[in-house]
Amino acid sequence: MNRSWRIAAAATAAAFSLAACGSDNGDSNAGGGGGGGKDCTEQNLAFLGATTGDAGALGLNMVYGIQTALDEYNKSADCEVKLKQFDSQGNPEKAPALATQIVNDKTIIGLIGPGFSGESLATGKTFFEAGLPSISPSATNVTITQQGWTTWHRVIGNDQAQGEADAKYLTETVGAKKVYVVDDAQDYSKGLAGVVKTGLGSAMVGSDQIQVGQTDMSAVVQKVTSSGADAIFYGGYYTEAGLLAKQLRQGGFKGAFMSGDGAEDPSFVKVAGQAAEGALLSAPAGPAPADFGAKVKKVTGNDAGLYTTQSYDAANIFLAALKDGADSPEKINDFIGSYSGEGVSGPIAFDDKGDIKQSTIYVYKVKGGKLDTENPEPIK
Amino acid sequence: MNFQFLFDNFIGLTVTGLAFGAIYALVALGYTMVYGVLQLINFAHSEVFMYGTFAVAWVFVFFHGTVASTESLGASLGLLSVALVAAMLVSAAIALLLERVAYRPLLTRNAPRLMALISAIGASFVLAEAMGLRNRFAAWVGLDDDLDNYVAKARDVYPNPVTIQPQGLFTVGGYTVKDVDLLVIVAALLMMVALDQFVRRTRFGRGIRAVAQDPESAALMGVNSTRVVQVTFLIGGLMAGAAATFYMLKIGATRQNAGFILGVKAFTAAVLGGIGNLRGALLGGLLLGVVENYGAAIFGTDWKDVVSFVLLILILLVRPSGLLGESLGKARA
Repeated sequence: MNRSWRIAAAATAAAFSLAACGSDNGDSNAGGGGGGGKDCTEQNLAFLGATTGDAGALGLNMVYGIQTALDEYNKSADCEVKLKQFDSQGNPEKAPALATQIVNDKTIIGLIGPGFSGESLATGKTFFEAGLPSISPSATNVTITQQGWTTWHRVIGNDQAQGEADAKYLTETVGAKKVYVVDDAQDYSKGLAGVVKTGLGSAMVGSDQIQVGQTDMSAVVQKVTSSGADAIFYGGYYTEAGLLAKQLRQGGFKGAFMSGDGAEDPSFVKVAGQAAEGALLSAPAGPAPADFGAKVKKVTGNDAGLYTTQSYDAANIFLAALKDGADSPEKINDFIGSYSGEGVSGPIAFDDKGDIKQSTIYVYKVKGGKLDTENPEPIK
Repeated sequence: MNFQFLFDNFIGLTVTGLAFGAIYALVALGYTMVYGVLQLINFAHSEVFMYGTFAVAWVFVFFHGTVASTESLGASLGLLSVALVAAMLVSAAIALLLERVAYRPLLTRNAPRLMALISAIGASFVLAEAMGLRNRFAAWVGLDDDLDNYVAKARDVYPNPVTIQPQGLFTVGGYTVKDVDLLVIVAALLMMVALDQFVRRTRFGRGIRAVAQDPESAALMGVNSTRVVQVTFLIGGLMAGAAATFYMLKIGATRQNAGFILGVKAFTAAVLGGIGNLRGALLGGLLLGVVENYGAAIFGTDWKDVVSFVLLILILLVRPSGLLGESLGKARA
């Protein structure tokens, strides 16, 4: 009896792990036919990013935006366009194999993604050599657009833009005279904090680095409080940001706490508790307009979230290229390069490197014990 | 290199370093006692500590609710003492479970110590991952909705709803000593003195020392070595639970892998002081906490861990058996 119980437990565990593995790497919008009854060749957009794993929620937000755009387009188009999803789990080591699959699939006319900076750097060359145009809704590392990959674009402001805006906000709007800068030594964090340091100029009174996974911040807290800083900027993700904010307040720090999009998550408030009150978290993305959210909900059955507007806009640029008659990757890429229009996330046009020309950075505030995602303040 | 900062804030860095060092020392006791008795490094001891931190968070959620609030140490002292008891019980239970499942079957068959070490590493992973899967376990028994506050997102940070706001007590050399730091240091010291006296003065303590010195002769003299090993694990677990409470008091958040780095540090503290030596664990823990803080002040906080391991290597070069190299078995009564 004992043994059969164990076998049952093992079988249950195996079933769970199989269910977890069997995520959809293929075409999600399968079925529905070739569309229109016209003489159509199969056309797909690809999405490469995390739809499972730690950051899976963000990737799904992107998929919902793309699906909404495709649904609108397919209602009136002669030839349907479908979406093929490739789940990288946000992992730069898993992305290259998927990139090879994408460039070898001749039905794919363009890529929305990759979702994150690491996987973008790992796959950009593959897409560039294959000539496949891509638009990322969310990868913000500055160096990606410095690689000379002319097929790579993004509809979101990079960390350079965010860092400059953050420094400006701290000195002008918050009115901070002395700012202390801390980061967690990762690529994203160092990059963002570095831009903020430059932007602050002489207002920066000191800087320090912590480690990912560090919990005891007493040395940093002492440095910040004894520097007499009236504001702190932290570059990194929400866990360490929350712990730092909490221990700073415990250490008697009264000034402003600011961090970037890595910490712009409700979990930041959970970790920091009441110490999160008044924290300023910037992100290069605004909230979705209300009617847009309703549209996404109607098409996908899900709420719009961070990056849904950007991926909707990215998909619409490809669809506009098709409407314009672009029928090869080169022509589509040329169309994107000269594109200029108003998306739901704001005005969109690309510079010669593929960065968006004009982006707005928003500051989200923690009020009444929660992150106010509805009313961010644009930094001007 | 920022020596000026170290000199300007010497007292503050020492006090906060001592407070964290006291936590290292309490966890280090578990490593050092098990090593003293069994000549075995219990690598799963970090998970014993981690389960204690969750016990503390759950006590707070249970009595306080999930609404975040900030309170002074005095206002939350009652809750903290309940949490202390709960954490000590949970950690002790996990430690006893470990002894029963991961060690005793191997030791009774006289398996080499290396096997027990591997068993320890395995048990450590199993315990950490089991905590990481707590939302699945809850879902299997249909509790994930009701217990949402308790299970939360599995691998994310699990915060304590109450943030303790330290109050300044008195000023030394321009630094205001806070009640939280003082409480942690004093309580940890008291616990260690009590344990030291327990091992030196009681009948059980004599049994522990006897088994540590010579297990076979002790058995011939009628010492129940199985019971002694159990008590050793129990004490290690109780101390780890106390450490977990102080950790939650100072940090206020935990996660499924919270034990890993802290466990390595506590093990370092035990080796630093002389593994198998109770007073060595105290000295090693406090020293490590303070030196780490100085290192973080001078070289930058990302160098904190480097400083502690360089210190370990330097001391072992000079004194291979640690600072107070005397082992548990040789401790004089």
